[in-house]
Amino acid sequence: MQRFGYLTVDGLASGAVYATFALSLVLIWRAGRIVNFAQGAIAVASAYLAWSVTAHTHSYWLGFVAALAGGALLGVVVERGVMRFVPADRPMDAVIVAVGVMLVVQGVLGMLYGADHRPVPAPLPTGVWRVGGVATVSPYQLFVVGAVAVLVAALALLFTRTRLGLRLRAAAFAPEVARLLGVRVARMTTVAWALASAAGALAAMLVLPSGLGLTPTAMDGVFITAFTAAVIGGLDSAVGAVVGGLAVGVVVNYVTGYAGNPNLANLAVLALLVIVLLVRPGGLFSGVAVRRA
Amino acid sequence: MNRILAGTPTIVRRAGWAAVLVLAGVATTFVLPAGRIFPFSQFVVYLGAAAGLTVLMGLSGQLSLGHAAFMAVGGYTMAFTQNALYERGFTVAPPAGGSGRFASAAPPVAALWTLPVSLLAGVVAAVLAGALVGLAAARLRGPYLAGVTLTIGIAVPSVTATFAVLGGEQGFAVQVPRRPSWLAADIATEAQWRAWLALVATAIMLAVLANLSRGPLGRDLRAVRDDEVAAALAGIPVARTRVLAFVVSAASAGLAGGLYVYLTGTVLPGYFSFTTSLFLLLAAVLGGLGSLAGAAWGALFVVAVPIATAELVGALHAGPALAQRLAGNLPLALLGLALIVVTLTARRRPRSPGWRAVRSLGRRGQDGRTPSGSLHPSAEDDRKVGAAP
Repeated sequence: MQRFGYLTVDGLASGAVYATFALSLVLIWRAGRIVNFAQGAIAVASAYLAWSVTAHTHSYWLGFVAALAGGALLGVVVERGVMRFVPADRPMDAVIVAVGVMLVVQGVLGMLYGADHRPVPAPLPTGVWRVGGVATVSPYQLFVVGAVAVLVAALALLFTRTRLGLRLRAAAFAPEVARLLGVRVARMTTVAWALASAAGALAAMLVLPSGLGLTPTAMDGVFITAFTAAVIGGLDSAVGAVVGGLAVGVVVNYVTGYAGNPNLANLAVLALLVIVLLVRPGGLFSGVAVRRA
Repeated sequence: MNRILAGTPTIVRRAGWAAVLVLAGVATTFVLPAGRIFPFSQFVVYLGAAAGLTVLMGLSGQLSLGHAAFMAVGGYTMAFTQNALYERGFTVAPPAGGSGRFASAAPPVAALWTLPVSLLAGVVAAVLAGALVGLAAARLRGPYLAGVTLTIGIAVPSVTATFAVLGGEQGFAVQVPRRPSWLAADIATEAQWRAWLALVATAIMLAVLANLSRGPLGRDLRAVRDDEVAAALAGIPVARTRVLAFVVSAASAGLAGGLYVYLTGTVLPGYFSFTTSLFLLLAAVLGGLGSLAGAAWGALFVVAVPIATAELVGALHAGPALAQRLAGNLPLALLGLALIVVTLTARRRPRSPGWRAVRSLGRRGQDGRTPSGSLHPSAEDDRKVGAAP
């Protein structure tokens, strides 16, 4: 029972990260009906940037800020430079081009930093507090959950309470009408990519210290997990992405925790994804039938 | 050429082409230096897998980002079958060459006939896997299918690395048959012999793929790809056709995986990693989706670019640290760039002439006149007609 509690808390903490990454996928999907398969590579690039900044300034938090800013910038570059030119009616081309971007980013990172694994230290202690002999939660897990909560609250405020958020929603929901009413739809797409890539960078900064470490392909596993979370949430719903992320994090943690084999995580994710797509292809939170993209 | 062969049946003509390809490949193994034989065999194997993928993506419009998983299914099944047959005692005496007291001590090697059996077992296993994935894929579209196949491509290699039965990260050795004793060492090396067998198997598969993609199945696939509703109205079983595309494509990948295991004599997860899946995607896309000849160019590109960049880096006399960094990553970046450029610029891919004829027939029937506009309607025109809403 104690083990169950620990696995649940730990799963919620990693689930918060998956939720963040799933949110970044959902943001781009809503803006342009594109699943950004380069999101993991962009996030890793931001984490490498943070690593360099931290190495030069000896400040973790400067690196943290640099990762978010660098991630947003990289998202803008990828959207303006490449993804914008993919015709909207060819979903297969969008996937292939995004995979191409992923290869380029990973190749360039490998050339700059080498492919060897770099451990990433956590900024806060990772040892769990024990209350009456029962393992509860570590300061770092609290930090992760707190950071994700701040991000989710900020995004919710942005989308529901600001003019920019209104424009973003209008551009995503009805691009033609929004354009007629003076919303610069193409710019809104770019803003969405910047937001999404910053969120992806945050996810990478939070997940890499928990044992993953830094390699050009470090986020591949996180990507498929977050994609599954986003699909469970319906790929269209921000709330769904957060709930899906937490659920996937907990389920995967049960599987790997009780089987005692971390390599089973990917298999558990695959099983979960297939089950959701076969049983409820619309996702749990999708309101409209948009599956036939 | 086609006019000369006009009287011969199609199947004979395709078999003839396959034989010509095999002979050209065998000749190539004599021209290449010894160190290039294995990359050449690798090219042959990738060609087979990429040809299957190009049929899936180009003709049926379904995307697979994890095609190396089917290679893994074929490869591991082939390896287990081969070792099981070896342990049952289906062996021959070791090849001559060892002399004196070592000759009798050398262990026997697997009989040659075990190879086609184990390769076929690999194909059967891959067919089953393809049917399973295809059943799921028939219900999915675009990015969803891409996500599922991506997850398969990442999960399957990590599964093979996890379980002790599958040999873990290091894999295990496979008892493959050796070069027959009548083939003297000064005529052909073991590497050449293996390249020949890979050529023969791949050529047979290419002939089958060519037949399928230009026959009734290929026509159904194109119809389903371009307009599902119209295809269903025309009596084509849409779901079954889509599943069949996955089965055919998985079968070719399974054979390619088995051949790769035969070439190396070992099996390990690294052969079928996610990177391999991406290379297959590159080979299929770079050559032009749906074209078997294009798959050959794509596979050549995918094998040649890493070698060429390695030579280039070596010629630059870069330091060992820099050379190591560039080794795997420069080709990755270059191939990714090629993938982006090719996909963004090759938008106006013409449809095959046969399909164009079918479409114009349909239009004529619709409004009683021949299709208007240019003599050769582009793919864009076709789409506009098809995608009315």
